Amino acid sequence: MTHDALHPAVELADPLLVHPVTIKKMTWETDDTFTLDINLGEVAQDYTFRPGQFNMLYVFGLGEAAISISSDAAEPGTIAHTIHRVGTVTTGLAQVKRGEMIGLRGPYGSSWPIDAARGKDVCIVAGGIGLAPLRPVVYALFRERKAYERIILLYGARSPMDLLFRVELEEWSKEHNVEVLVTVDRGDSSWKGHIGVVTTLFSYLKIDARATVAYVCGPETMMKYTIDELERRGLHEDQVYLSMERNMKCAVGFCGHCQYGPEFICKDGPVFKLPRIRPLLEKKEL
Amino acid sequence: MQAEDLTEVIRQHPFLADLSKVHMEVLVGCASNVHFAEGSYAIREGEIANKFYLIRTGLVALESVVNARRRIRIQTVGPGEVLGWSWLLRPYRWHFNGLAVAEVRAIALDGECLRNKCENDHDFGYEMLSRFSRVIERRLEATRMQLLDLYTTTPKVKK
Repeated sequence: MTHDALHPAVELADPLLVHPVTIKKMTWETDDTFTLDINLGEVAQDYTFRPGQFNMLYVFGLGEAAISISSDAAEPGTIAHTIHRVGTVTTGLAQVKRGEMIGLRGPYGSSWPIDAARGKDVCIVAGGIGLAPLRPVVYALFRERKAYERIILLYGARSPMDLLFRVELEEWSKEHNVEVLVTVDRGDSSWKGHIGVVTTLFSYLKIDARATVAYVCGPETMMKYTIDELERRGLHEDQVYLSMERNMKCAVGFCGHCQYGPEFICKDGPVFKLPRIRPLLEKKEL
Repeated sequence: MQAEDLTEVIRQHPFLADLSKVHMEVLVGCASNVHFAEGSYAIREGEIANKFYLIRTGLVALESVVNARRRIRIQTVGPGEVLGWSWLLRPYRWHFNGLAVAEVRAIALDGECLRNKCENDHDFGYEMLSRFSRVIERRLEATRMQLLDLYTTTPKVKK
């Protein structure tokens, strides 16, 4: 692997070694999505991650799942994962109690190249659970707020009940030179906000195409439409980064479960610069 | 509001921002300022569609009436967007309700007045249809994406 902005040189002592960690707190974000705060215990001292990376979480007796890290990379000791309960392992993770032990190995994969946005506007576009791996980006941008210009966060979810991090979204929207626009695909009469897919939010924005970096994460179809919108507004593909998702097993590029054309999502991704991944996005067979 | 002021307001709206001076003069005669309080309806399904609106501020939710007790909100139209194209096509009736979910300020354009002007000046008519075609295309694209229900996942295990 070559090292670049997405893949800084980081050596994992033993990439397949599972570390025992304990559950510090569990918070249900929606009906089927929860955040696990994990106490890293004895590995805390050596553990660092970059926004966009993921860990393999191991429920003993059930198996492992790749889960993005959703907490602040600058907060030591504890990390958080926001998890959609959808399979056996994630259901197992939903049942662990405070103080119980699970296994963790990682962090793995490429990260959002936040330095690429220094001195520029940042446009973050998230759909559904895709907001989770982008949350550490927001934390990093706020940590060095003066290094970046305007921050735009466009977030779409299925319904108001499916919105993640509602309190934080509200707090972020109050910050200077930050625009947070939220929409839902389906809204009832109690919902006073936008209804429509996330790309419709671009109608309410003027984007300085020459000075904007975009980070996009969500279902692939949503990301394709988002790329169209960004390009309609003049962004070049070099200014756009995506986070991809595939079924990951080994997380280090050995097993091939997450192979996507010539790429291994676990090792070469999950974060890609658009030109690298675009030819694959356009292939229906993959 | 004077015609010159109204022209300036219309020119600031993205839908007509780059309209030629000649066409703007044709259009402004059909325009008026309107306001809808929160909770009031800008348009109602089944009623005659004799206007369209350039939304300046606020938010309108498009609702489809399922039955007497049930309405589904399909999308919202906000600042910088256009509400309504049923005035363009027979039978000139609204297909949705348009509920102001936040106080709305808009420019209303008289549909019959515009249709007559489009008939009399085909260049102007083409300009209007081109602009509305773009709006319709974007809405269709958004609807297609909405129908895909991208964020739903079928749990692989029972809850």
